[in-house]
This record gives sequence, C-alpha cells and structure tokens, in this order.
Amino acid sequence: MSAPLHMRTPMRRVRGLGAAHAGTGHFWHQRITSVAGVPLTIALVLIVIALIGRSHATVGQTLGSPLIAILILLFIINSAYHMWIGMQEIILDYVHDDRWKLPALIANTFYVVVVAFAAGYAILKLSFGV
Amino acid sequence: MAELEAGTTQRLRPLSPHLQIYRPMLTMMMSIVHRITGAALYFGLLLLAWWLIAATSGPNAYATFEWFMGTLIGRVILIGYTWALLHHMLGGIRHLIWDTLHGLDAAERELLTLSTLIGSITLTLLLALVGYLAMGGPQ
Repeated sequence: MSAPLHMRTPMRRVRGLGAAHAGTGHFWHQRITSVAGVPLTIALVLIVIALIGRSHATVGQTLGSPLIAILILLFIINSAYHMWIGMQEIILDYVHDDRWKLPALIANTFYVVVVAFAAGYAILKLSFGV
Repeated sequence: MAELEAGTTQRLRPLSPHLQIYRPMLTMMMSIVHRITGAALYFGLLLLAWWLIAATSGPNAYATFEWFMGTLIGRVILIGYTWALLHHMLGGIRHLIWDTLHGLDAAERELLTLSTLIGSITLTLLLALVGYLAMGGPQ
C-alpha cells in the first residue's frame, strides 16, 4: 500500500466539511506542528541545559540574542497552536454537556493566548532590551 | 425513544467495548501516556513563561524563580516536565512514522513503543545529571 500524497479525504475536497464542519484541518495542522516541534524542542532543551546555574545577567543576555530568541519564540508559537488543538480534542472527547463544553473550549483559547502572549512578550522584551 | 425507555421491558442494545474490556497492552498504555503528557505540557508552558518573565523582570524575580527550582518540589516539577516533553516528542515521532504506514506490524510497533519509553527515561536521567552538575554537583 503506497502512502497517500495528501492527508485530506476526497469528501473534504468535495464539500469542505466533515463531522465537525471543518474537515481534517486540525488533524493535518497537528501533524505539521508536531514535525516542527521536534527540532524546536531539542533546541529548547539544549538552551535550558546550557543556562542552568548561570547568573541572571548571562541568562538575560543569552535569551535575548537573536538566534536563541527566534528559536524560543518559534517554540512558543508552535507549541501554543499544537496544544490548543490537543486540548480542544481532549475536551471534545470527554465533555459532552454543552453547559461545560462551550466554557471549556473558550477557556482553552483564552489560556493558550494568554500564556503564549506572556511568554512571547518576555522574550521580545529581552531581545529589544527595553 | 422516550416511550421505549419508559416501558418495563427495556431492550438491551449492544454497546461498543470500552477501555476496561481490554487487557492492558504497551501500545495502549503509551497512547494514554501520550495524552496525559500532552495535557501536562499544556500547563507546563507556564513554567517556560515564568522563566522568561522572571529573566526579563530583573535579578530579584529571577532569584525567586531560581530559589523555587532549587527546592525539592521545583526539581520534581522540572524533571517531570523534562520527561513529559521528551516522552511526548518521541511518542510524536512514533506516531509520525505510523502515519506513513511504516512500523505497524506486531513486532515493530512493540519495539517502537518500548524504544520511546526507554529513550525518554534514559534522556531525562542524562539531562538531570548534566543539570545537577551544572548546579554545582555534590557539595
């Protein structure tokens, strides 16, 4: 059996819909962000391990240097989207009551945006040194 | 439907088997662990956010962060986060391999699944050791 050239189903291409009225978009995006997540995670682990036990000045300077800041910013953005899809999937699997489901989905979006924005803001502030 | 359920002779309809029916298997357990580590990492991003915010806020905020990470709870969280991150990453690679329709026969999928578990634990222990030495090692 040969691997398909794309992950979208024929129905998705015909109607642009699925059970969730959104086709396989999230399924596909989850895989794209997981591929990107591998090198970004390795980069983050190496950066953290290199900065353990260093002084505040060294840590701030290193995190603010262009290459490191860009890698961490990409990690944050990529992880935020990946975990937003992931948590939405968990909520849709276990929360069936609409009174809880809708608030849970909204809370998921708010949480991801706030944490990603806060972390992203901090790394930009370190970079621009203001 | 409501009338049927209200009746005295309720028809027993077949249900699809759920988790408790199956004998626990490694691939199944690692599938569950993949979701649990994903959920843990969801909240673990707060740790990265705290680190970056502390670093940009100044020496006092950074000292507080370092103090917390030096406590027993802090170290357990950090090592736990590291393991969850690496395990989810290796599990993700396994899923990507399976997505290409490779490694799906019985022996291969067991080997792949066991490799992710052993790999994540080994790497975490290695990183914990490096981190411990970076913090000054035994004093």
